[in-house]
Amino acid sequence: MPEVRIRPAVKVSAPRPAPSAASADPSMIEIEDLTLHYGTKPALKGISMSIPKNKVTAFIGPSGCGKTTLLRCLNRMNDLIDGVRIEGRIRIGGREIHDGSLDVIDLRKRVGMVFQKSNPFPKSIYDNVAYGPRILGAGSRVDLDATVERSLGAAALWDEVRDRLHESALRLSGGQQQRLCIARAIAVEPEVLLMDEPCSALDPIATARIEELMEELKARYTIVVVTHNMQQAARASDVTGFLLLGELVEFGETATIFTTPRDRRTEDYITGRFG
Amino acid sequence: MMEHTSRQYELDLQELKEEILLLGGTVEEMIDSAMRSILSRDPDLARRVIASDPKVDAAELEVDHLCLNLLALRQPAASDLRFIATALKIVTDLERIGDLAVNISERSIELNEEPPLKPYIDIPRMAQAAATMLRQALDAFVKRDPEEARAVLAADDAVDKLNVQLFRELLTYMIEEPKNVSRALRITFVAKYLERIADHATNIAQMVIFMCEGRDVRHPGVQAAAARREPG
Repeated sequence: MPEVRIRPAVKVSAPRPAPSAASADPSMIEIEDLTLHYGTKPALKGISMSIPKNKVTAFIGPSGCGKTTLLRCLNRMNDLIDGVRIEGRIRIGGREIHDGSLDVIDLRKRVGMVFQKSNPFPKSIYDNVAYGPRILGAGSRVDLDATVERSLGAAALWDEVRDRLHESALRLSGGQQQRLCIARAIAVEPEVLLMDEPCSALDPIATARIEELMEELKARYTIVVVTHNMQQAARASDVTGFLLLGELVEFGETATIFTTPRDRRTEDYITGRFG
Repeated sequence: MMEHTSRQYELDLQELKEEILLLGGTVEEMIDSAMRSILSRDPDLARRVIASDPKVDAAELEVDHLCLNLLALRQPAASDLRFIATALKIVTDLERIGDLAVNISERSIELNEEPPLKPYIDIPRMAQAAATMLRQALDAFVKRDPEEARAVLAADDAVDKLNVQLFRELLTYMIEEPKNVSRALRITFVAKYLERIADHATNIAQMVIFMCEGRDVRHPGVQAAAARREPG
């Protein structure tokens, strides 16, 4: 349970200037002094960070550190929870996402999400991928076919399902279902892809395929992934943020975080010294 | 520093550290014995140093084995990763120092077959300096003390200078009298071996700085050039 802080949310972990590789890249998401309370309990405390475009950014930290909450802020999924209070600014592609004039549906189109447990609709493979484009008023059948093929191709699933597009998605394996969810998310051409523990229910081979996919997809999308698996963050991300008790303790190039972290708390966590 | 949540991991790292220290102690003793065998003209002592070399080789293999297991099984990160990388590198330096002590002992046996060329003055000073550097480098490793490691780097020049000075002096012996050549050459070799030992101690100290601070202090010229190529 996150502790209740008596003193005001002073930024102990003041937003350090991101190290060279992170700061040199153009940013896609700017988070400024973000604080979030569930009721009276603070879950995020004064978070500031700049998430680079066309990179994979990983959030790591122990359970309850706020990493999933932070991820869910990025497409305003926390709006759906009672008693949530959010302060601070989040700009995606230069636009403030809490702006009253912003259409949340439009935001979620720009910021797609893949969840821990794959959640295909109980429909055919084709209809799963076509779902978003149809809602958004897809063009002709030919256009839709092209979108489905392109999305399944980008999710590295096309070759496995091209002959059974009209079978139920629920008959796919766990790893295939997760890639189908990625295909569904990218079918609407988002700018950002959020992934919440996308591999925690997958075996190592399916995990490796998703990680490889992240590497390919980042050329077109900005990817933010939450993971419990530190090795996954080390393998698959360019930039890593370490959260602890709602604070962003350290944020920087993944190679630096895993070889020479600056903060003792990061060091203890990634070397397996859990207090 | 807090202990690892995995007790076995903590024990494995401790074992690696102890192996390195044991090996360090062995090669320190070998240098000491090799030098005493020269100064006291004791070929038996030299032969004992030569006989202890397989122990050093076995320790090197053991350290490599421990490091590979830790890398494969624990996926170490940050300070643990730097510690294991350092162990892997310095074990090679320690093994080479062992070989150099063996080389000194071989020259010692050969020198004992002839009458002494001259009283030894600079050679014991070099040996003392090189041994102190090794001692300090190993202490810095144990204590994770980058300042002590820096003191080792600073000491290397003095050993190099003694080596050059000794070489000049022995050259005059060789020019004066051809009969001196074989002995003078052997002493020159010994000086070279000691200078190499100091270099290996320097390598160890550089790795200890990397282990402590995550900064690579080797080859500053190359690193400066790389930094110029990649601005920002």
